[in-house]
Amino acid sequence: MTVFIIRRLLQSLMVVVVMSFIVFGGVNIVGDPVEMMVSDEATQEERDKVIRSMGLDQPWYVQYGRFVAGALEGNLGKSFVYGEPALEIIVHRIPATFELALAALLMAVVIGIPLGVYAGLRPDTPLSKTIMAGSILGFSLPTFWVGLMFIMIFAVMLGWLPSTGRGDTVPLLGIDVSFLTLDGLSHLILPALNLALFKISLVIRLTRAGTREVVHQDYIKFARAKGLSDARVVLVHLMKNIMIPVVTVLGLEFGGLIAFSVVTESVFAWPGMGKLIIDSIQSLDRPVIVAYLMIIVLIFVIINLVVDVLYSILDPRVRLSDVKS
Amino acid sequence: MHVRKSMIAAAAAACLAVGLATAAQAQTITIGLGTEPTSIDPHYHNLGPNNQIAQHIFSRLIEQDHKQRLLPGLATEWKAVDDTTWEFKLRKGVKFHDGSEFNVDDVLFSMERAAAHPNAKSSFKLYSHGGEKTYERVDDYTFRVKTPAPYPLMAVDLSNVHIVSDKSKGHWEGDFNNGSQAAGTGPYKFVRWVKGEILEFERNESYWGKKPHWKHVVIKPIKSSPSRLAALLAGDVDFIDQVPTIDVAGLKKNPKVSLSQGISNRVIYLHLDQSRDVTPFAKGLKGEEIKNPFKDVRVRKAISKAINRDLIIERVMEGIAVPAGQLLPDGFFGVSDKLKPDAYDPKGAKKLLAAAGYPDGFQTTLHGPNDRYINDAKIAEAVAQMLSRVGIRTTPETMPKSVYFKRAKNGGPAKPPEFSFMLVGWGSGTGEASSPLRSLLATYSKEKSWGPSNRGLYSNPKMDEVLTQALATVDDAKRAALLAKATEIALGQDMGLIPLHYQVNTWAARKGLKYLARTDERTVAYDIVPE
Repeated sequence: MTVFIIRRLLQSLMVVVVMSFIVFGGVNIVGDPVEMMVSDEATQEERDKVIRSMGLDQPWYVQYGRFVAGALEGNLGKSFVYGEPALEIIVHRIPATFELALAALLMAVVIGIPLGVYAGLRPDTPLSKTIMAGSILGFSLPTFWVGLMFIMIFAVMLGWLPSTGRGDTVPLLGIDVSFLTLDGLSHLILPALNLALFKISLVIRLTRAGTREVVHQDYIKFARAKGLSDARVVLVHLMKNIMIPVVTVLGLEFGGLIAFSVVTESVFAWPGMGKLIIDSIQSLDRPVIVAYLMIIVLIFVIINLVVDVLYSILDPRVRLSDVKS
Repeated sequence: MHVRKSMIAAAAAACLAVGLATAAQAQTITIGLGTEPTSIDPHYHNLGPNNQIAQHIFSRLIEQDHKQRLLPGLATEWKAVDDTTWEFKLRKGVKFHDGSEFNVDDVLFSMERAAAHPNAKSSFKLYSHGGEKTYERVDDYTFRVKTPAPYPLMAVDLSNVHIVSDKSKGHWEGDFNNGSQAAGTGPYKFVRWVKGEILEFERNESYWGKKPHWKHVVIKPIKSSPSRLAALLAGDVDFIDQVPTIDVAGLKKNPKVSLSQGISNRVIYLHLDQSRDVTPFAKGLKGEEIKNPFKDVRVRKAISKAINRDLIIERVMEGIAVPAGQLLPDGFFGVSDKLKPDAYDPKGAKKLLAAAGYPDGFQTTLHGPNDRYINDAKIAEAVAQMLSRVGIRTTPETMPKSVYFKRAKNGGPAKPPEFSFMLVGWGSGTGEASSPLRSLLATYSKEKSWGPSNRGLYSNPKMDEVLTQALATVDDAKRAALLAKATEIALGQDMGLIPLHYQVNTWAARKGLKYLARTDERTVAYDIVPE
């Protein structure tokens, strides 16, 4: 297993290096950050000064060389817009995004799995049909529209929950989190649910499909014949066997939740990384875009690794050395 | 069940929190802004979103009121001693937020800092040292500014530079960026800033000027317009800026909301390539190469007549804009009273086109941004349709501003913009006509820094001459007349660019509050007052 993990980490490193090149090249093709940055009335002398201060007077390979040299020392460059280290700006936003993504993931599991198991065990009841119809809505309604509807209904019309922003935070192990305060929790519910909606539907469908397949297996029949209680049959024998696809998909989706919660974060003015990356793309803040994508690549690599390890725990037949990545 | 329970709990908690907070709320205003500053450092980036935040914390020698008229700030009086020397007298007894005393050294330091900021993304050197200003200390509360030539824009220039304490020497970034070093003399003290989340101020009880109404100011950046509006309707914020035009009609009927509207100093206009003999985006009707039609003043005038400005305002802008016939709306310094918006006259336009040798028109492409000005892409589409109707077959092409402004960049006659026909906007930072004249219409000159945004490369030596004369005339009445004359040459006679309309900005507040709509488009907490 150690060998496996080391090999995977080395492969990941390659991915990161290649990504840095592609991303750096890509952002250097689009637009002119100086035009975006300087005031309309700026003099030519002023423009030249800004170009120099951002290192844009150099050819791209010198810029890339500087970037790599800096990156090896853990310095991913200075944000054009904020004038502060790009890495620092992104790291400040990570807790908010992780909190949102984890809350959404939790909702997906806590809501999705029981509903999916129910719909799988009793496929013909009206409730099951309602659940399945609901999951289609969850798949097909656009996130930004649902988000705005949530705000209109729960914040504007009913006034139950705040409309936008992140609530009060308290430090937990040195990281500011909001789910431990009531105000923070009330701010978290709507965006998390908005982000989770698609995942809940996904989990319902996966779980239902798994349940319908597993419930007819011999070992379930045998368990019933042994006279085990329904609860034990479902919770132990059935659940264990339907979890593998669910874990795989959720693992991959979690990366997506972190990297691409852009829409939800914009609609709810959630101060996370997704909102930062959109703002940075619009203002052509190249160092932040590059640093962000590097971090996202790392996160994806790590999540994939964790999912592989989880496999071997859930299914003893899977041995890590056998998994070709 | 789990979800519903926690939702009820949260709702109950929210109610409780609201109950407890009411007492403090009367003193607090929460503002939802569409933009966020990039730094609290007032000399880092000359940009609207930064300047509007800076003016809460920092004062200027001369303040600009909501109509950009100049008012005494940290300077109580200023006058021209002779043609090339100005003398400023400073306010006594003013203290910075950190308790230190304000005097002339802070002013001199701030001017140097504004010009020398090593990381500035557009410094304020243009204002602090434009016209080759040199500063001279007279005593603790008096200083003089000398320029080699008469410099009438002195007061306007100095009304754009924020004054910091000379104790902050050496603080370029870090603490200054995030605000913790930000000691000014302004009406509000900096409390905290969490990027993307919240920005808080507290009233400066020893402010030298009129005490602002609100004790606490909480600013939340909410970039998405529907969300910002929803936050207002939900009562999470008391006040928002940049209300989308499409929502204004509905909000007018809403009894819980009051709107403030005001014309801005921003004109939306069309630039036309007047430098190249053959321009890339003008073709004959069969796609054949033709000589650049935009060089002919009759064609430019025809285009202006073919545009129905009232219809654009009514349909595209939901009635929220004012038709434009020059660079700044009536009432601003240096505008001409002779120039009116061109009336819609398709027949006249066709006649002019025929006279210019295009009886059947030609083909062109109108390029514009789609995320920069209010409804910019829709305006471009409307203009293109109107022009097509008189025979100029126009294809609108819009793109994100990050791409557009690179391609529309003006590098002088040697490197003109990629486009031939462009939609752009201009807000006059100085609040008078010399700013747009110098940037948009003066003959391009890298050395003089004239015409940096003259994307059509319009050039008329006569206009340049009048403008040069205006910029050297200290007498206000004479200068205003010269600026008006320069505008009449550039627009009335030459139609160097085609003005469409002036943007009107809308702010919305919960009922009971009102705002003095600012022409500089800024949102300032101390101008929000109970009705």
